[in-house]
Amino acid sequence: MGWAIAIHGGAGDIPLSLPPEKRLPREAGLRRCLEVGIAALKARNHPLDVVELVVRELENHPNFNAGKGSVLTTSGTVEMEASIMDGKTMKCGAVSGVSTVVNAISLARLVMEKTPHIYLAFDGAEAFAREQGLETVEMSHFITPENIERLKQAQEADRVQIDYTQPIQKETPKDAAVADGDSQIGTVGCVAVDNEGNLATATSTGGLVNKMVGRIGDTPVIGAGTYANHLCAVSATGRGEAIIRGTVARDVAAVMEFKGISLKEAAAYVIDRVPPGTAGLITVSSTGEITMPFNTTGMFRACATEDGYSEIAIWDSPSK
Amino acid sequence: MGGWAIAVHGGAGVDPNLPKERQEEAKRLLTRCLDIGISALRSNLPAIDVVELVVRELETDPLFNSGRGSALTEKGTVEMEASIMDGPKRRCGAVSGLTTVKNPVSLARLVMDKTPHSYLAFAGAEEFARKQGVELVDNQYFITEDNVGMLKLAKEANSILFDYRIPTLSTCGGGAALESPIQMNGLPISVYAPETVGCVVVDKEGRCAAATSTGGLMNKMTGRIGDSPLIGSGTYACELVGVSCTGEGEAIIRSTLAREVAAVMEYKGLNLHEAVDYVIKYRLDEGKAGLIAVSKNGEVACGFNTTGMFRGCATEDGFMEVGVW
Repeated sequence: MGWAIAIHGGAGDIPLSLPPEKRLPREAGLRRCLEVGIAALKARNHPLDVVELVVRELENHPNFNAGKGSVLTTSGTVEMEASIMDGKTMKCGAVSGVSTVVNAISLARLVMEKTPHIYLAFDGAEAFAREQGLETVEMSHFITPENIERLKQAQEADRVQIDYTQPIQKETPKDAAVADGDSQIGTVGCVAVDNEGNLATATSTGGLVNKMVGRIGDTPVIGAGTYANHLCAVSATGRGEAIIRGTVARDVAAVMEFKGISLKEAAAYVIDRVPPGTAGLITVSSTGEITMPFNTTGMFRACATEDGYSEIAIWDSPSK
Repeated sequence: MGGWAIAVHGGAGVDPNLPKERQEEAKRLLTRCLDIGISALRSNLPAIDVVELVVRELETDPLFNSGRGSALTEKGTVEMEASIMDGPKRRCGAVSGLTTVKNPVSLARLVMDKTPHSYLAFAGAEEFARKQGVELVDNQYFITEDNVGMLKLAKEANSILFDYRIPTLSTCGGGAALESPIQMNGLPISVYAPETVGCVVVDKEGRCAAATSTGGLMNKMTGRIGDSPLIGSGTYACELVGVSCTGEGEAIIRSTLAREVAAVMEYKGLNLHEAVDYVIKYRLDEGKAGLIAVSKNGEVACGFNTTGMFRGCATEDGFMEVGVW
C-alpha cells in the first residue's frame, strides 16, 4: 500500500499553445509543492498536516489562483476561501471572504480545531484570524499584474454580455476575453493518504475572475469542492456553480460506497455528470490509489506514490 | 402514486419542558403555513414558488429561528442565511450574513435567478439586495425580546460548559435556571433554539424543490456559517427528491445530510421512507438533527433523532398532519 499524494493548480481552458513563460513556472511550482508533500509524508507527518503544508506552498506561489495570485472580484479586490477535511474524524474547517490572511488554508484549519464551528466568513473570519495571531498583510500583497489584466479583459467582455439585472443562463458564455488564453478557472488543492489509510484534503482559491463581491464558490462548501471520509479524499476545481449543484466531492465517495465501484470509476462517473468544460478533481483512496480526471482542456496537476511513481501534467489523458 | 405533497419544519430538537401554549402556537403556525402551501399547489404554482412562499411566511413570523425571531450572534446582532434549490435542473441559490434583508429566502431565489453565481454573502449579498430593490429593514426588526433573554442564558451556560464537543445526554453543570439535561451543540436545549425553518414540495408535475432559512446558532461567532445555506448539507433537490434539514449544523455539514437522502435513493435504490430512515439512523454519527423530504412520486417523509421536531405535512389525497413529538 504505502502513502500517496496528489495536488492540483486548477482545471480550465488551458490552451495547448500556452507559452513557456506561463507554463514553466507553474510546472516548477507543482514539482516543488509535490516534493514538499512527499518529504512530509516520508517523515511520517499526518496527512492533515501534509495537505495544509502543501496548500500553503501553493497559496504562496503567485502563479496559481489562491493566496498570492488570487483572481480579483469585480471591484478589483481579493476574497479568498479555503477548506480542509480529515477523512477519519470527518472534522472539517472552512473560510470565505478572507482578504488579509496570508494563508487561508491555515485559517480554515484553525476554525476546525479552535472553534465549535466549521465555517467562518468575511469580517468574522478576519477577526478570528487576528485573535489567533495568524500572519496578515495588506490586501495588495495578493494582487499580481497578471490578475489585474485578467480582470480588465473580463470586464471588457462583460460589456458585451447580458448584464446582471436580467435572468441569464446558468452557463455563462465562454470568456473569449483573455487574449493569452490563460486558465481563468482555478483553485489549488491537495489530497493525501498515509500508509495507515488516514486521508485528508485541502482546497484553496481566490474564486472566479470578476466575481460579484461576496460570491462564494464550491471551495469552502464541504461536499462540493472538498470532502474526505474513510474511503477517499477529494479536492475539486473548475466552475464553482457546477461543482456545487453536482455535490462533486461528496459524490465520488458516495458512488464508490453505494455502487461498490473503484475510485477511478467513481471519479470518472462524477466528472462525466457535470457539464463539459466545468470541472476536474484529484482524489486518493484509503488503499493508496490516485486518479485525477477532468472534463476541461487541462488541469495543472501532479501526484506521487510511495513505490516511486510520480507525474506532473497539464493536458493529456483526461482519466488518470 | 403522484400528486402534490408538501412538508414544513420549524426545527429539530424541542425542549421537553416547552410550555403547552408554545407548542400550540407552533402547531398553529405550521398549520397556517401548510395551508398557504396547499392553496398555492391547488392553484398550480410550481414547487419552487411554493417553497419560497411558505418559507417567507415562516421568516416573517417571529416564532421560529429565521427572519424575524432569529437567534442572536455573540454580539447580540442577527446574521441570517438561507438556500433554495429547484429539483429539475438542480439550480440553486444561497445567502449568508444578511442583516437587513426582510426575507432571506427570496434573496437566495434572486441569487439563483438573477446572477451567474450560486451563493452570495455578507456585504456583497446586502449590496445585491439593495440593487434588486428587495425590502430592507433595520437589524433591530429581527431581534425579539425572547431571544435577547436566550442569548443571556446561552452566555451563562457557556461559562459553565467547557467545550462544544458533540454532547452526550449528561446533566450540565450548576446552572439552576436550566432544567433540561438535553444538550445540542453544547447548549442546554432550553436555550439552544435550533428552530431553523424549511419547506419541501413536489408539485403535480413531479417537480421537487426545497428551501431552508435560519438565524443560525444562538451565541454563534460573528461570521459563522451553518448548514442551512450549504447545498448538499441543509438543502438539496434533484429530479428525485427535495430535502430540508435542521439541527446541529456542524453535524449536518459533516454528513452532507440533504444530499445523502438523494444519494441513497439514487445509488442504492432505496425509496423515500427507507432513505430517510437510513440516513437518520446511520449517517449522523453522534450529531442530532432532523429533516423533511418529498419524492417526485408524491410521497412525503420526515425523520429525526432529536427529542421532537416541529413539522407538518400534507399530500394531495387529503392526508395532513402537524406534530411536535
